[in-house]
Amino acid sequence: MLRDITIGQYYPANSVIHRLDPRVKLMGVLSFVVSLFVFRGLAGFVSVTLALVLIIHLSKVPFDYMVRGLKPIVVILIITVIFNLFLTPGEPLVEFWKLRITWEGLEHAILMTIRLIYLILGSSVLTLTTTPNQLTDGMEQALKPLNKIHVPVHEISMMMSIALRFIPILIEETDKIMKAQLARGADFESGNLIKKAKSMVPLLVPLFVSAFRRANDLALAMEARCYRGGDGRTKMKPLKYCRRDMVAYVIIGAYFMAVVLLRMFLYFGR
Amino acid sequence: MSIILDKVNYIYSENTAYEIQALKNINLKIEDGEFIGLIGHTGSGKSTLIQHLNGLMHATYGGIYYNGQDIYDEDYNRKELRSKVGLVFQYPEHQLFETTIFADVAFGPRNQGLSKKEAELKAFTALRSVGLKENDWYRSPFELSGGQKRRAAIAGVLAMEPEVLVLDEPTAGLDPKGRDEILDQVAKLHMERNMTIILVSHSMEDVAKYVERLIVMNQGSILFDGTPREVFAHYQELEAVGLAAPQVTYLMHELRKRGIPVEGVATTLEEAKIAILQAFEKK
Repeated sequence: MLRDITIGQYYPANSVIHRLDPRVKLMGVLSFVVSLFVFRGLAGFVSVTLALVLIIHLSKVPFDYMVRGLKPIVVILIITVIFNLFLTPGEPLVEFWKLRITWEGLEHAILMTIRLIYLILGSSVLTLTTTPNQLTDGMEQALKPLNKIHVPVHEISMMMSIALRFIPILIEETDKIMKAQLARGADFESGNLIKKAKSMVPLLVPLFVSAFRRANDLALAMEARCYRGGDGRTKMKPLKYCRRDMVAYVIIGAYFMAVVLLRMFLYFGR
Repeated sequence: MSIILDKVNYIYSENTAYEIQALKNINLKIEDGEFIGLIGHTGSGKSTLIQHLNGLMHATYGGIYYNGQDIYDEDYNRKELRSKVGLVFQYPEHQLFETTIFADVAFGPRNQGLSKKEAELKAFTALRSVGLKENDWYRSPFELSGGQKRRAAIAGVLAMEPEVLVLDEPTAGLDPKGRDEILDQVAKLHMERNMTIILVSHSMEDVAKYVERLIVMNQGSILFDGTPREVFAHYQELEAVGLAAPQVTYLMHELRKRGIPVEGVATTLEEAKIAILQAFEKK
């Protein structure tokens, strides 16, 4: 029932992208996202698309598996398209009743759709190819300079990794509770909104109880193993850059420069 | 009156890297009034199988017939099926949610569309039959001990008056006394009401003592299906798949090896006692 949720899930495969250092991938996603909002015109679009297609291909994650991750944002996409289509002022394209679609609106709508889809696809490459542990390790390393201004970087990344780790556990737990209640004749689907909200009580109470119990157990287990925050803590598998990471940095840098330069020279002054 | 499984296959996460075939071509006929034990190693597909029986899981391939009706038919009332085949899950924490045990047990019958009064009557009977003391009925489910929670959970399903009762490891994590009490209650339900019972268990001693028919699962298929005595005669094959026969069975084999002529495959202490006494009388 709930197993179809793929956000933040790791997809095991043996690819170059999977083996890259998580810091490189973080940097890559960051520059890709920036490039999405920088690019202009057909040349920019082609280069951004090429980069995305290449990365997805290299990651060996099946494309339809990635597309499934787009399902939850369909509603947001539709809303953005409608707003952009009807509310952008400019040269009218079609006009009926009080509604007006403009050339500018059409352009904006298409551009926003592409940007949003690429944004989700690009960032899901990161989560699909990086284990939650690696991801938070990378995050912690990358944010380390902030420690100097007393940002609790280790604690934040620890919380993040626990949260990520618990998503599948809680989904599975919800599934089990749902089944246990369905076996007693509970009905989660029919009825009006109030009835539906009420039918959630038999699901939410056991879920909350178990989430608190799990949090309690985890805290106890961490204390029993003398966890006391990040000071002086060493890693079992410290992150180390190797050659392919350097090569990847160079490629990312080159790609980013290319997109920026394309915009600057081709559309200078526009 | 029976449940028939016809070539049931179930595949988790089909067409992804996580694809696992949990059930492979399961053919099974469960008659009315049987007391069946279902054993198997962790991950052998027991839990998946029992969730098919009440229609919670939909077989990827194959069909299931309850009392001769195809439960996958579009106009088949699967909600009603769930109250006919009562399934008690392993962890009572997954289903207890009300403020009192009594209200929680009445949740099932209320969902069947009964009035408050009728539902409470059903809850009353169910709580009686699992042997929960009356002064515990109005306590919060979260104050109870593990054994009491189990009973409350079983009562929650019994209150719907199912024809078949499926219990997923009802004794896991209980002390020997609590275990015997719960299983004795279940055996009583079977005898008094002729209810079909399917007991999923890890304990060979438990199944040998109570069940009439034993089904052994391994890697999604049925390995053995017969009386406990027939099944435990294959104790070497059972060991090969990570299971074992009851300890008395081993004792009997050991006795025979050392020259004491005990007869048959004993699976319970009682049978072993009789066989050993007979062997001594012969001498």
